[in-house]
Amino acid sequence: MAELAEKTEAVASREAAAGTPAVKTVELTKKFGRTVALAGLSMTVPRGEVFGFLGPNGAGKTTAVKLLLGLLKPTSGEGWLLGKRVGDLGARRRIGYLPELFRYQSWLTAREVLALHCELAPLPRAAWKDEIKTVLETVGLSDRAQDKVGTFSKGMQQRLGLGAALLGEPELVFLDLLSEVEQVCDRVAVVDHGRVIAEGTMDALLGGGTAVRVRVTGLAQADKNKLASFGRIDDEGEQLTFASLDPERVPELVTEIVAMGGRVYEVAPRHQTLEDRFLQLLEDEEK
Amino acid sequence: MPPLLVIARLTIQEASRRRLLLALLILTLVVVGFSAWGFNKITTLSRSNGTPLPPDQVALLTSQLLIVVTFMYSGVLALSAAVVAGPLISSEVESGLLLSMLARPVRRSEIVIGKWLGLAVLVTIYAAFAGTTELAAVDWATGYLPPHPVELLAFVAAEGLVLLSLGLLLSTRLSGITAGVIALVAWLMAWIAGVVGDIGTGLQNQALENVGVGSHLLLPSDGLWRGAIYAMEPDTLIAAMKAFGTAARANPFAASDPPPFEFLAWVVVWFGIVLVLSIASFRTREI
Repeated sequence: MAELAEKTEAVASREAAAGTPAVKTVELTKKFGRTVALAGLSMTVPRGEVFGFLGPNGAGKTTAVKLLLGLLKPTSGEGWLLGKRVGDLGARRRIGYLPELFRYQSWLTAREVLALHCELAPLPRAAWKDEIKTVLETVGLSDRAQDKVGTFSKGMQQRLGLGAALLGEPELVFLDLLSEVEQVCDRVAVVDHGRVIAEGTMDALLGGGTAVRVRVTGLAQADKNKLASFGRIDDEGEQLTFASLDPERVPELVTEIVAMGGRVYEVAPRHQTLEDRFLQLLEDEEK
Repeated sequence: MPPLLVIARLTIQEASRRRLLLALLILTLVVVGFSAWGFNKITTLSRSNGTPLPPDQVALLTSQLLIVVTFMYSGVLALSAAVVAGPLISSEVESGLLLSMLARPVRRSEIVIGKWLGLAVLVTIYAAFAGTTELAAVDWATGYLPPHPVELLAFVAAEGLVLLSLGLLLSTRLSGITAGVIALVAWLMAWIAGVVGDIGTGLQNQALENVGVGSHLLLPSDGLWRGAIYAMEPDTLIAAMKAFGTAARANPFAASDPPPFEFLAWVVVWFGIVLVLSIASFRTREI
């Protein structure tokens, strides 16, 4: 009995250490003068999750990352990385970061840049060689390791930056990217004007709905209005897009249009993309 | 290696890889070569009656020419230090180079002190190398050595360090070009203010004299330059100037007294203040 109790306790304390979320923020706010860059961000990202932070340019994504890394000081609110308060020197150990605006010492070779980051991380010197080798292979720069970074293309520099961010198997990696990588995310938050306007798993956010585009002529405005019973319509003249429609109702929709005297040229159902959903969220926000 | 020394090493490495050191080495050797030839010509000068110049006159002429040559060296050093220090932090903030480094467990103060240290090592080495080579060349050409060669090198190096520190302080807030230009203008103004102060001493005008004292406290570069001049003057010259009275002091290439101990103590304090200000300024900068 005693042994079992001991074991349970050990597991519990280990879980408590590992149980601190990767990222936690409470009402994290940043203002630049009058401009609100981030308005009260509260979120928790558990460990082991790929969390996407999405939004249009200037929404506050980079600001949030910089606040978490201590590059900017919050106007108000708090944050924790791996259980350590944001801004603490200790919070920046075991973390990798690929900035949006990345540049590395052009006069160093790729290997030297990675060694520099090993040294600053800091990783034990004995581990550098293997770490650098592994990372160079991961990002596909092994054959350019001895070349100066100044000779690298933008894409290669980004790969080098990714490599630097992955050195030493960090517990938490921030990738501030321009490209759309939401497909790899377990969960995403959508930000706009410094506020989170939606958060959840990709499936929950997208709602599994299908957008249906219909190319049709011969419909009067009154007829189009009647079709609103099939859901929200994006009306572009001959192009009608039904934002979220059960695929089972497509034949019914076509029958209805034909009955109104409409001439149907094309019916194209497609899965709602995050971009569709995103625009819809922004539209809902503005209402 | 602690982060501070890593940053210092990186600063030296950059100067070396960007061939700044090589350029300074070549230029210095060219100048030393030309000046050795010029100094050698002094020994071949003769009076109108055809007799060669007596040794004390050769020494006097050499000492005066050496002061002008040293002024050029200290100018090159001050200019280089200001131009290199001006963008030292700002350009790396603008380019995003510091983003990935500051996301490591590195203090802002370690970046500032590390960069200062790296550049200070370069300034000191350059002053020691260029000064020793030039003095050796003059000694070879004329047999003359200034009375206090070690102090001379120390004063020239310290003047470079003053400009380096000022440039670095400005670099924590202003763009590289702006910081470099302001540091240069400040250096020239301090030199002119020093001359104004001398005129004040000559005319026994307290207000003008205060301009000189104030400028020496604000930016000690000219005060240190006077120390370098004093270290180069033969005793006979100093005695002659003292005999001539205060009017002899209105000359930016002459000094009848060594810099007072209080001034040298102030220079040490000044370095401390400027470095603390630089750290405070960079620490509160949002990146």
